[in-house]
Amino acid sequence: MIFEYSLIALLSPLVGSILAAFLGKSLGKTFVNTSTILGVMISFVLSCILALEIYQTSTVLNQNIYTWLNIGSFSFHIGFLIDNLTASMMVVVTFVSLMVHIYTIGYMHDDPGYHRFFAYISLFTFSMLSLVMANNFLQLFFGWEAVGVMSYLLIGFWYTKESAIKANLKAFLVNRVGDLSMILGIGIIFSITGSLDYQTTFFESQNLAQTELFFINEWNISALTASCMLLFGGAMGKSAQMPLHVWLPDSMEGPTPISALIHAATMVTAGVFLLARMSPLFELSSTALSFVLIIGATTALFTGILGLIQNDIKRVIAYSTLSQLGYMVAAAGVSAYSVSLFHLMTHAFFKALLFLAAGSVIVALHHEQDIRKMGGLKSKLPITYVTSLIGSLALIGFPGFSGFFSKDALIEAIGHADIFGSGFAYASVIVGVFITALYSFRLFFKVFHGSINEHHSDVKESPVSITLPLILLAIPSVMVAWPTVGPMVFGSYFATSIAQPDAYQIFGYEYSTAYGFLVHAFSGPVIYIAMMGVLTAYVLYIQKPNILKGKSFESTFIYRLLENKYYFDDLYEEVIAKQARNIGQRFWSLGDVKIIDNWIVNGTAYRIGNIANRIKVIQTGYIYHYVLMMILGLAIFLGWTIISAGYAS
Amino acid sequence: MVGLIMLFINEKHSSIVYWVSVISSLLIFGLSLYALSLFDDSGSAIQFELNTSWIERFNINYHLGVDGISFPLILLTTFITPIVLFTARTSNKTNLHQYLASFLILEGLMIGVFSALDAFLFYVFWEAMLIPMFIIIGVWGGKNRVYATIKFFLYTFLGSVFMLIAIIYLYISTGSYSIFDFYNLDLSRIEQVLIFLAFLFAFAVKIPMWPVHTWLPDAHVEAPTGGSVILAAILLKMGGYGLLRFSLPITPDASNELSQIMVVLSLIAIIYIGMVALSQTDMKKLIAYSSVAHMGFVTLGTFVVFLNHENISSDNMTLAISGSMIQMVSHGLISGALFLCIGVMYDRIHSREIDDYGGVALSMPKFAGLMVFFALANAALPGTSGFVGEVLVIFASLKVNFWIAFLSGSTLIIGAAYTLWMIKRVIFGQITNEKISDIDDLNVTEFIPLMILAVMVIAMGIYPEPLMKLMHDSLIGLSETVIKGAGL
Repeated sequence: MIFEYSLIALLSPLVGSILAAFLGKSLGKTFVNTSTILGVMISFVLSCILALEIYQTSTVLNQNIYTWLNIGSFSFHIGFLIDNLTASMMVVVTFVSLMVHIYTIGYMHDDPGYHRFFAYISLFTFSMLSLVMANNFLQLFFGWEAVGVMSYLLIGFWYTKESAIKANLKAFLVNRVGDLSMILGIGIIFSITGSLDYQTTFFESQNLAQTELFFINEWNISALTASCMLLFGGAMGKSAQMPLHVWLPDSMEGPTPISALIHAATMVTAGVFLLARMSPLFELSSTALSFVLIIGATTALFTGILGLIQNDIKRVIAYSTLSQLGYMVAAAGVSAYSVSLFHLMTHAFFKALLFLAAGSVIVALHHEQDIRKMGGLKSKLPITYVTSLIGSLALIGFPGFSGFFSKDALIEAIGHADIFGSGFAYASVIVGVFITALYSFRLFFKVFHGSINEHHSDVKESPVSITLPLILLAIPSVMVAWPTVGPMVFGSYFATSIAQPDAYQIFGYEYSTAYGFLVHAFSGPVIYIAMMGVLTAYVLYIQKPNILKGKSFESTFIYRLLENKYYFDDLYEEVIAKQARNIGQRFWSLGDVKIIDNWIVNGTAYRIGNIANRIKVIQTGYIYHYVLMMILGLAIFLGWTIISAGYAS
Repeated sequence: MVGLIMLFINEKHSSIVYWVSVISSLLIFGLSLYALSLFDDSGSAIQFELNTSWIERFNINYHLGVDGISFPLILLTTFITPIVLFTARTSNKTNLHQYLASFLILEGLMIGVFSALDAFLFYVFWEAMLIPMFIIIGVWGGKNRVYATIKFFLYTFLGSVFMLIAIIYLYISTGSYSIFDFYNLDLSRIEQVLIFLAFLFAFAVKIPMWPVHTWLPDAHVEAPTGGSVILAAILLKMGGYGLLRFSLPITPDASNELSQIMVVLSLIAIIYIGMVALSQTDMKKLIAYSSVAHMGFVTLGTFVVFLNHENISSDNMTLAISGSMIQMVSHGLISGALFLCIGVMYDRIHSREIDDYGGVALSMPKFAGLMVFFALANAALPGTSGFVGEVLVIFASLKVNFWIAFLSGSTLIIGAAYTLWMIKRVIFGQITNEKISDIDDLNVTEFIPLMILAVMVIAMGIYPEPLMKLMHDSLIGLSETVIKGAGL
């Protein structure tokens, strides 16, 4: 039963997508949204049934569907691994996807690419499901790249907009850097274990750890560490960790529903999912874990800071996503995979909510995205206001909201860690809490409070198809953690799927229920730091907004550094991309055109022609010239024969 | 069986009707599918053998037959030719009957190359093939076609002369022209190296390998659409096929010893040519350079396993060679499709310059969808055939040396960069050239072939096993022969 359900859950969004793509134009909008929503709905319901079934019977389904390729003793399969980890991911993905589908009916209503959009997001759902349901690295990579392509197509959805098609190319190429790293990591595992199935390779992990790889003469590292680092390279691309984070803010050029679905809730968390799935491997390499931790913590802090000065409503949330992804990755770095996944889940709900709420504001203001031109929308957009507040409180970790449980557990876990880099990481995430609260409420106050902009006096609340998903997402943003924090974080919910080292679990015994956790939190600094952040935002943006005005602030070195996003974009675009084109140009004009073609190929032809030209002077056509030549030749030949005969005797 | 096809095509020489040629090419495709149903894929034996004496005095036989290495390429030939003929009507107007006849003759000769088991016969087909191709480019080509044809002819002809010398030398040593007799020959080291190099000249030009690749961009640019498709899809595969049929089994020791050079040349093709493709402004040139880079994977897969003697086994070697074979078939489909796409645009705008385009998606949405799809396949997207061959070669390289795999894998980035950057400038964006705003989307004649190709590319990407099964045992057999021959 589990296998059949999984198969239907996987394929129904694909069927919906195909129907929408090929029949959408002729059968109209209702057909498009019915077929795709039905597909995702079936998938969501089946995922829920699966999740319950798997949880109650604690079964793990690991079954191949078909053989992709058989070469000698190697075989590659396509198959399912359905356990608690997969099932919970499936529920999150299909739920957010369903909400986004419903939301899209209203948001994209007048867009000429209506059916194309629905076909894309359903196809994305299919790709994401095939990624999380894989039982082997190959299929994982299929899903991994497929979601990347869907992201490429959706960022560039409005393909006449120059900024959008620049952003999608950038996103694809940066992701490809990660993917190269990932396929090499997968290849190392394959070259040593001879298999790509998770089960077989995890079983052989000791063997991997003991095999030395030779990179450069003196520098050998174990195959395990190498493959873990390379796999994490893939995660850095997809989950937008520094320094491969540059594509995510630009991806906001795409329509808002996909920012919520792909660039907040699901695709970008694939890297975190990967870390959890590969936890049996990562656990054996402390080098790789430290690397993961430091990258994650750096991203958590520094991208959060960038969020402070953004003025585009979607970009602020995008930087916030980057920062939260950093939190998740850092948690995986201290082996707290379950906490990391827990934050992934809560974040999926409240971040999707925040994006969709931002989209609601954007629609209401007729595609205005600059928060400097907003303000006072509280009374005009009541549902959006309340749901945004819920989302923001969840994001900053306000006690009782879902984000509180996940973020607090996460910070505790990092605080308890003692691997290399954990001190730095702890400091980063603590400061990050303040930053998170500051930028979240800066945004919130600037959009909804203050005086209303006169151009916006006629704005109306968005239609039901937009507000309904907001409400439906607000519910789990508040409550999802209460029943789940116990089993997921402290219990054995993930025991069948990921490695759960004992080290960090110590703190779980003290307060293993939601209530105990809540009480404990008031004794720590995190809550107070977050409150300070909100208060600072209130002072700066509501009470005394003049403090930050004036040139002195905007001309500081730090402000310029932040405004240029630490110059990463300049490095990639002006230096690397430009140089690559220059080198290509040089190679071509010098290597191909000048040396090979002009010198060697045409040069040879030219020289042969040249020699022929000179020789042809001799061929005058006069018989007496030829006779003279013959006589001369005969004389030389005879003379040579006689002389050589003379020497011989 | 294949001989029958040959005769059939030669009779078609005088046929002047478009449909007759399309239907006859479809019949040939049908025949090859019928052969597929009879083909026994267990074991590496030659099948459908036809062996009659041709020139008795020199022991030259008309000896044809197929195995799992040649059969996929023959199928590719019989599959691509009807597509080319079918689209010929839209892109070519003058002397259509001669144009079609050239392609039918070419098809017969190409099948002949892939199925010849007599080295002399192989050489005859190999050289004869130049004639129709020469005519196709020279007569129906672009402005600079004379330069391109002469360059094409001289390059390939020069290469094959060395091959002829090697074949004659092998004949003198064995007294036979049978390729399989050559396999059993015990050659000294020097002999092997010289024979290897002689064959390499011929094959390297055809593949083409760096630095003898410069004829290809010119030939592509000047060739008519159909010529480009055949050139990219099938002609380039003959070099790769030759390496597997001749170089590896006849001179295993030399293949082993010279493998380092071959790997280096392959990596240059992948990276250097990839960078060169990035700076092209002509779409056909860009795809032509991309072909050279993709064929780099074929040569890399063929030779990379020799570099690590500790790890050499028939399984690992088959993994790598399978990658080469799949890459050849896949590249045939994808580059063929991309040249068709460019042909579609050229028929409307009469330009191949990227700068003349932009916003094509606005006026040709169906076409844009297909073109973006093939571009992604060209960038080795998993789920398309373009991924399968490359990933197998990368995996096989990783068993040898991390850095080789890293360098060849860089195509994931470079390949995506040049292909998708072209897509960005041609398909997406605002319309800058007003001609583009009033062109029509694909008509049925253009849509059907592209759709069929797209389905094939996806099918091969998600389920390559049927193709693999067809050639699996032959490749295992080849690997065992080579490893035994090289004494590894």
